[in-house]
Amino acid sequence: MDILTLHRIHFAFTITYHYLFPQLTMGLALLIVVLKTLALKTGKEHYAISARFWAKIFAINFLLGVVTGIPMEFQFGTNWSEFSRRTGGVIGMPIAMEGIFSFFLESAFLGLFLFGEKRLPRWAHWLSAFLVFVGSWISGFFIIIANAWMQHPVAYQLLPNGVYEVSSFWGLMLNPWAWLEYAHNMSGAVITGAFVMSAVGALYLLQRRDEEYGRTFLKLGVIVGLISCATQIFPTGDMHGKYLAEHQPAAIAGMEGLFHSEKGAAMVVLGQPDFEHEKIDNPLAVNKLLSFLIYGTTSAEVQGLDQFPRDQWPTTLPLLFYAYHIMAGLGTYFVGIMGLAGLLLWRGKLYKSRWILWPILLSFPLPYIANTAGWMCAEIGRQPWLVYGLIRTSQGYSTHIGVGTSLFTLLGFLGMYSVLSILWIVLVYNFIQSGPKAPHEAVAGQSFTAA
Amino acid sequence: MGTLWFWIVAAMLAAYVVLDGFDLGVGIIYFFVAKSETDRQLALRAIGPVWDGNEVWLLAAGGTLFFAFPLLYASAFSGFYLPLMMVLWLLILRGVSIEMRSHSHEPLVHTFCDGLFSLSSALLAIFFGAALANVVRGVPIGKDDYFFLPLWTNWTPGPNPGILDWYTVTGAVLALLALALHGSLYLALKTSGDLEQRALNRATRLWPAVFIVTLLSLPATAIARPNSLENYRAHPIAFLAPLLVIAGLVAIRYALRKKASLAAFRGSCVYLAAMLAGAAAGLYPVLLPAVGNQGQDITVARALAGPHVLRVGIVWWSLGILLALLYFGILYWLFRGKVEQQAGGYGH
Repeated sequence: MDILTLHRIHFAFTITYHYLFPQLTMGLALLIVVLKTLALKTGKEHYAISARFWAKIFAINFLLGVVTGIPMEFQFGTNWSEFSRRTGGVIGMPIAMEGIFSFFLESAFLGLFLFGEKRLPRWAHWLSAFLVFVGSWISGFFIIIANAWMQHPVAYQLLPNGVYEVSSFWGLMLNPWAWLEYAHNMSGAVITGAFVMSAVGALYLLQRRDEEYGRTFLKLGVIVGLISCATQIFPTGDMHGKYLAEHQPAAIAGMEGLFHSEKGAAMVVLGQPDFEHEKIDNPLAVNKLLSFLIYGTTSAEVQGLDQFPRDQWPTTLPLLFYAYHIMAGLGTYFVGIMGLAGLLLWRGKLYKSRWILWPILLSFPLPYIANTAGWMCAEIGRQPWLVYGLIRTSQGYSTHIGVGTSLFTLLGFLGMYSVLSILWIVLVYNFIQSGPKAPHEAVAGQSFTAA
Repeated sequence: MGTLWFWIVAAMLAAYVVLDGFDLGVGIIYFFVAKSETDRQLALRAIGPVWDGNEVWLLAAGGTLFFAFPLLYASAFSGFYLPLMMVLWLLILRGVSIEMRSHSHEPLVHTFCDGLFSLSSALLAIFFGAALANVVRGVPIGKDDYFFLPLWTNWTPGPNPGILDWYTVTGAVLALLALALHGSLYLALKTSGDLEQRALNRATRLWPAVFIVTLLSLPATAIARPNSLENYRAHPIAFLAPLLVIAGLVAIRYALRKKASLAAFRGSCVYLAAMLAGAAAGLYPVLLPAVGNQGQDITVARALAGPHVLRVGIVWWSLGILLALLYFGILYWLFRGKVEQQAGGYGH
């Protein structure tokens, strides 16, 4: 294996694994704020206990997000030092701002939220939950500012030594790509949170235990899930796609498996791309849909891969094609299942309809897959560029790291993360099985004597 | 501008060492002072609400370094590839061991987590000490401004160094001892009764070792990096740092005699911050010295980011740090005082 591929796998593996956690914590943070607000407004202990239960699940996921996140920042320097040297003057800023504005906020108030319920007034405890939510959403924003600049570089100048630097702070922060990507990404995180919460609710109802909590989780999960699944497709997904077609046409062509430019291009719903012969095997396609989705008219011409020189095609094209189709397919399914659940909720039949509780329970892994596939679209679609149109991926890695060294650390992360996965599953499963009313093995808040 | 950002990053790293230093230190001395399950819960509860926030200073300092000195970030992080990756693994293991322990009632799991927590804390202290000593000693930077170091060569500083040599090992030992002392003092401050007494005894026993190795580190630095004294001669104000180091150490000794935990802990904070300030003063305006005759030092001027970002950066950085200090003020104020023994755990 060549060193570039190894570095890419190294980053892909660590980032994919890392993002399993923030997508849940960013979504759950919002749902916990809703629960805390309900607790404050109604004064019902039921909501306070629910919030405390989800805070535990939040905490373990947050911790794993933190410990798997530190390697991400470090890897810019360790594995992609040429990229860091040349673009640190741009993306160093959002990375630093994430630490300063988000991580401090999150970690300090998470400490208060988890340990301080007994020693804080109720409004202050609500506020700490709210600030954890704000912190985690700021974190997502800054990291997307960094990624959006790689997708769509703006507000920079190039110095003679090949180094890029920011020419306008507001230009970087108001990168339109970033705002689209952020909306689409955060909506995806809320979907994960909502699906996980609904699944736990469905589980309790199916098990006929803690039904009062099961109903609360299911109701909140379905309402929030329905809203976020809808916004994920329209407007955020739709706008993102159109913007992509305008600025990264090769990426769209790769995702759709469109080899040849066409007027009134069809959208392949299912199929297997054959890149040798530049065709799709067993295509199941909807005529003219692609032109309509991108340009709003059925006759518009969509650029195919044949418009671009081969060295500018996204690498690992088949993966890009499947990632996109998995993302879009699951997104459609999410709207369907949440729509159905929402309808039943509205009719007051949801809690009794066991046939729908089963798929809600079993669907909890799917948003993780969809979010991962979505990020794969963004990152593989950008290839062969590290910074679109400016720096190729092959120009960005650390030249002094040997294949053996890189493989050694990749194996280390593989082993480490395998252990973390087992731990994570056992802990979260135990929380869910012991239920919201379980006595806290760890008391929230402790009494101190004043110094 | 460069000078300002140099000291900003140095101050953030000092904040990291002073803050995360005490929870790493609690990990190092954990098995020596926390004998019973109650003791161990108390020790963990003393750091429970804050250790995660303390660790953020490392991330924030790293991010700021990346932002202000991209060339340094690229060169140092790729050059120290293996030790940094191991630091990452240790941070993962440490965080997970603290979390996992609080969710289990099984004594075997507790013992396993305790071992992992203590071992990873001690190793992190060793790694950080060795890393700082590497930066002071210098690394074999090449013409392209990059370098790659083997873990060890012939154990001597010189044109062909490894990450470990007699000088960096001294740095590692000093860090281990200093943070163990720092952690003992913090634990004494946050606990009462037997545990407090054991922590104070541990600190009293550690103090002479810290004192001796600190004094040894001064001539050792002069041997390993002969021109480190030039800055001190040029700017006599830099001598404040070693003076504060000695003052901090003396204050700790004096406070220990009087059993004044708070004063002793403050002395330890001054000592650690002054050690870092002293190292930074000896380096400035170099960020990473080159050894051998291949490449040149990575200096503030060469590694500095563009003027526009740095100007903007001062604005948001000041705002952000003020906010961070406010959060930490609230957090530490709320969890002030000694942790008490009570039924239940130390988790959440």
